[in-house]
Amino acid sequence: MNSLFGPLDDVAGDAGHVEHPPRVGFFTDTSVCIGCKACEVACKQWNGVPAAEHLDLLGMSHDNTGALGANAWRHVAFVEQSKPVDLGMPAVDGLRWLMASDVCKHCTHAGCLDVCPTGALFRTEFGSVVVQQDICNGCGYCVSACPYGVIERRPGDGRAQKCTLCYDRLHGGLEPACAKACPTESIQFGELDELRDRAAARVATLHERGETGARLYGADEHDGVGGNGAFFLLLDEPEVYGLPPDPVVPTRDAVRMWKFVGAAAGAFLAAAVGSFLGRR
Amino acid sequence: MGSNMAEAHPVGFQWVVEAKARGAKVIHIDPHFTRTSALADTFVPIRAGSDIAFLGGVIRHVLENGLDFREYVAAYTNAAALISPEYRDTEDLDGLFSGFDPEKGSYDPASWQYRSTGPPPGDEERPQEAQSHAAGAGGAPIAAPAEATDPTLQHPDCVYQILKRHFARYTPEFVEEVCGVPQDAFRAVCDAWTANSGRERTTTLIYSVGWTQHSVGAQYIRAGSIVQLLLGNIGRPGGGILALRGHASIQGSTDIPTLFNLLPGYLPMPSPATPDLDAYVASIRSRKQKGFWYAADAYLISLLKEYWGEGATADNDYRFDYLPRIDGDHGVFRTALDMVEGKVPGYFLFGQNPAVAVSNGRLMRLAMAQLDWMVVRDLAMIETATFWKDAPEVDTGEIVPEECRTEVFFFPAASHVEKEGTFTQTERMLQWRERAVEPAGDQRSDLWFTYHLGRIIRERLADSADERDRPIVELNWDLPVHGDPVWGEPDAEEVLRRINGYHLDTGELVADYRHLKADGSTSSGCWIYTGVFKGGVNLSARRGDGPDGKWGWCWPLDRRVLYNRASADPAGKPWSERKKLVWWDDDARRWVGDDIPDFPDDLPPDHVPPPHAVGAAALRGDDPFVLQADGKAWLFAPNGVVDGPLPTHYEPDESPVRNPLQGPRASPTRRRYDHPDNPANPALGAVFPFVLTSSRLTEHYTSGAMTRTLPFLAELQPELFVEVSPQLAAERGLVHGQWCHVVTTRAAVQARAVVTERIPPLRVRGEVVHQVWMPYHFGRNGLAKGDVMNDLLGIVADPNVGIQEGKAATCDVRPGPRPTGKALLDYVADYRRRAGIA
Repeated sequence: MNSLFGPLDDVAGDAGHVEHPPRVGFFTDTSVCIGCKACEVACKQWNGVPAAEHLDLLGMSHDNTGALGANAWRHVAFVEQSKPVDLGMPAVDGLRWLMASDVCKHCTHAGCLDVCPTGALFRTEFGSVVVQQDICNGCGYCVSACPYGVIERRPGDGRAQKCTLCYDRLHGGLEPACAKACPTESIQFGELDELRDRAAARVATLHERGETGARLYGADEHDGVGGNGAFFLLLDEPEVYGLPPDPVVPTRDAVRMWKFVGAAAGAFLAAAVGSFLGRR
Repeated sequence: MGSNMAEAHPVGFQWVVEAKARGAKVIHIDPHFTRTSALADTFVPIRAGSDIAFLGGVIRHVLENGLDFREYVAAYTNAAALISPEYRDTEDLDGLFSGFDPEKGSYDPASWQYRSTGPPPGDEERPQEAQSHAAGAGGAPIAAPAEATDPTLQHPDCVYQILKRHFARYTPEFVEEVCGVPQDAFRAVCDAWTANSGRERTTTLIYSVGWTQHSVGAQYIRAGSIVQLLLGNIGRPGGGILALRGHASIQGSTDIPTLFNLLPGYLPMPSPATPDLDAYVASIRSRKQKGFWYAADAYLISLLKEYWGEGATADNDYRFDYLPRIDGDHGVFRTALDMVEGKVPGYFLFGQNPAVAVSNGRLMRLAMAQLDWMVVRDLAMIETATFWKDAPEVDTGEIVPEECRTEVFFFPAASHVEKEGTFTQTERMLQWRERAVEPAGDQRSDLWFTYHLGRIIRERLADSADERDRPIVELNWDLPVHGDPVWGEPDAEEVLRRINGYHLDTGELVADYRHLKADGSTSSGCWIYTGVFKGGVNLSARRGDGPDGKWGWCWPLDRRVLYNRASADPAGKPWSERKKLVWWDDDARRWVGDDIPDFPDDLPPDHVPPPHAVGAAALRGDDPFVLQADGKAWLFAPNGVVDGPLPTHYEPDESPVRNPLQGPRASPTRRRYDHPDNPANPALGAVFPFVLTSSRLTEHYTSGAMTRTLPFLAELQPELFVEVSPQLAAERGLVHGQWCHVVTTRAAVQARAVVTERIPPLRVRGEVVHQVWMPYHFGRNGLAKGDVMNDLLGIVADPNVGIQEGKAATCDVRPGPRPTGKALLDYVADYRRRAGIA
């Protein structure tokens, strides 16, 4: 039986791929992000994602994209902070500017994938999660199932859209467009195991240099989604970046819920039968 | 300092990130906390326009505490040179150097010269007026290399002691008062900079347009150079000064210049004062100077041979007479004012958008409205091409489309992927670009356009009897073309070969600028580029995968670090193993190492030249600064900069702060352009109390012609905005995200208010000074539109190079949109009246 929760070593195998390459993904080291948004542009350029119809200055620091969505598969967040205590980052009386490129997490246990009724969403041989627009019926179940608010139906079209980890580029032996464009190697692409080792070393280095707020997000296979295929190095709490602190795949409790339903149904049936039998 | 590298050079910035990963510390000093500051280890906010005060403070700190790299300074700079006894410093003359002529507004540098131990130089030797661009960055002729020196650096008239006296007042208290930088923050920068310099460690100083666009811009850079020289950081790995340019190939645009006052390779344009070749050469070099500028005649004559080919011979001064004589300021601002007066009939604009990108946008547009014709070559329909129908002056009624006399010819241009040629970027590196796609429709490269325009003009003038047409008719103007034999694309590689230069007798490509001759046997389109096509190989096309592992080709002669002789001590040994770069190999009797030596390869470190040697032959074995007239780096500049041998703090032309030093408030030699449409905001006063500064965003590029027209970029930064501090917002009633407008005596420009702590107010001379920041990318065309920020700025320029003071001005900010139509003119007029300007 396919697992719904907890650590899972072979994600692609669990989905049915027999021989498959090692799992790949992103390690986004936000401590070296310069907020250039090359990732947003490269992604749109490669994948033909449309530009916004209406241009609008959002007033969210330098972020005019707003959030991930059907027409924004990479989104750079900008968070201006005044902190009373300077912990090693540049400070104007503790001024700090966090920048981070957000993306679909390609979860080990992907809520969108689990709830999709048509099979439009599927797990690739690389361990990534991809939605096929020609199968998607626009039901929108995936939208409410994603703990991060990543996937969305495209306005005017109705079908679900999200990052594909550049599935077509992977078939060509190329890295995803955003990783290629990123000038400072904030977005790193590669085999997930190797990325996790690299990330752990980077966190250690930052801690040594006094940046004690550095931590990984989405690298823990014991978390609510079994760890992400795209994980991050953050310099503050996830909520600061607009990320959920404790994301859980909604289908985690699916078995228990259905068992409960079964027990409740059984109890109801027993009570119904009992009420007939008890009547003489 | 003066740089937002992460936003303006994001790809280059990866190397700063790499350096950080290897333990380097990054300090960012800027009025505005940018995406560069976000990745720095330390950010120091500073008042825009006060960087010389800051750097002067660092210089004083180094000198007072004896933190200079003494052996380097003593051996490689002119610290020991004695200056003329006539010299007087700004400390002596209330903010002026000796030699100021108040009527001309300029200096006579006679009193700045080295003290001579012999008879005073004759008139023909000494420069009559301080010259800038006399020849590049140090080929400026001085009467003689310093003969009188004090190696102990104690003599009161030696450069070292003059420096100490000049900067004595730039104390940490002074820096705090003038720059708004708290003393402990200033001291922390001094400590970090000095601790990371010396034998074992080097510090890099990076600047860009935040330094150049000031009325004292050249002196900003001089101040940075003095610090780096005192600390021994020049010519050493991990050291130096990175002058980040403002455009991808603008280094190429000054090397092979599109500037009115320069010829290729930083040779000056002739002037009426140099009626013949000999006079010209004498104006560039003096009889006694050392170094490679001495061969300026070879460089010029080779250039003339490239221009006029066989017809250029010794008898006719190699057609030196065919070069125009530049008789004054013909820069863009002077020319725009001449246009306003109706004196200029036509204008060619190649990838230039003055309606948006140049200070005092309104004046630029009114100027263009007086032209008979204009040719615009660009990738998109820029504001300059459509000004006649949609400029802001059409709204106000100042330009009436039906009556505007200007005929605009728009030629679509090929983009950089649709043509081949080189870019020369900030490291002096030439990189060859291939054509990836054919340009569509009528789009053509600048090379195609210029070449065929020249060809057609020459055809029409071929039978002309007018002497005036000879220079054009006799030009060496035949290039091989690809495709159509008449209208084809000229061969860009052949252009690069001709720039490299040929030995005209053998047809061989010149390998080295030192092989160029003054006898007409060599040609070269740009002596500093000689060697790029050595041996017939296009070295600029290297991409790191060849046997030498090199990428591109750096001028001169592929030396990656200029003046790298200075990475070794006077005996030729590296200052330290850790920081070795080039060194003297006594067995091989040559300089070796990890870079091509920027020095004659076989000149031993202990070499002493014969008494009457000149030029390169006069270099000692410990003269690393091979293009300087005395082989040394100049802490004190006897010539080459017109506004003083040493940097001194002056306020910007527009400033809300009084100059704490006595004497002139702003630079007495700054270039002003007095015109009713170019008023200056009054100094001090309450009408324009805030400091206005401007720079770039990553998402857009200069005037936005290339970026505001692209949907993927337009949506990233869709509108003009102004960043103000929460304190300023409270004071003026500005609401985050709402309209507000910024006002100067030139214009009122509306923008969305972005309230942020990243543009902090500073305490300067006891008062709170607010600063505001705007990007300058926006205009009316394209997808992402906005008012033109440059309309706010007036034109005042650095006297050395004519660059506008675009980085420090004053303004007012008020809530709500600006008035439109004629009411806008009345609104600005009212401000002028209140400011006391007619």
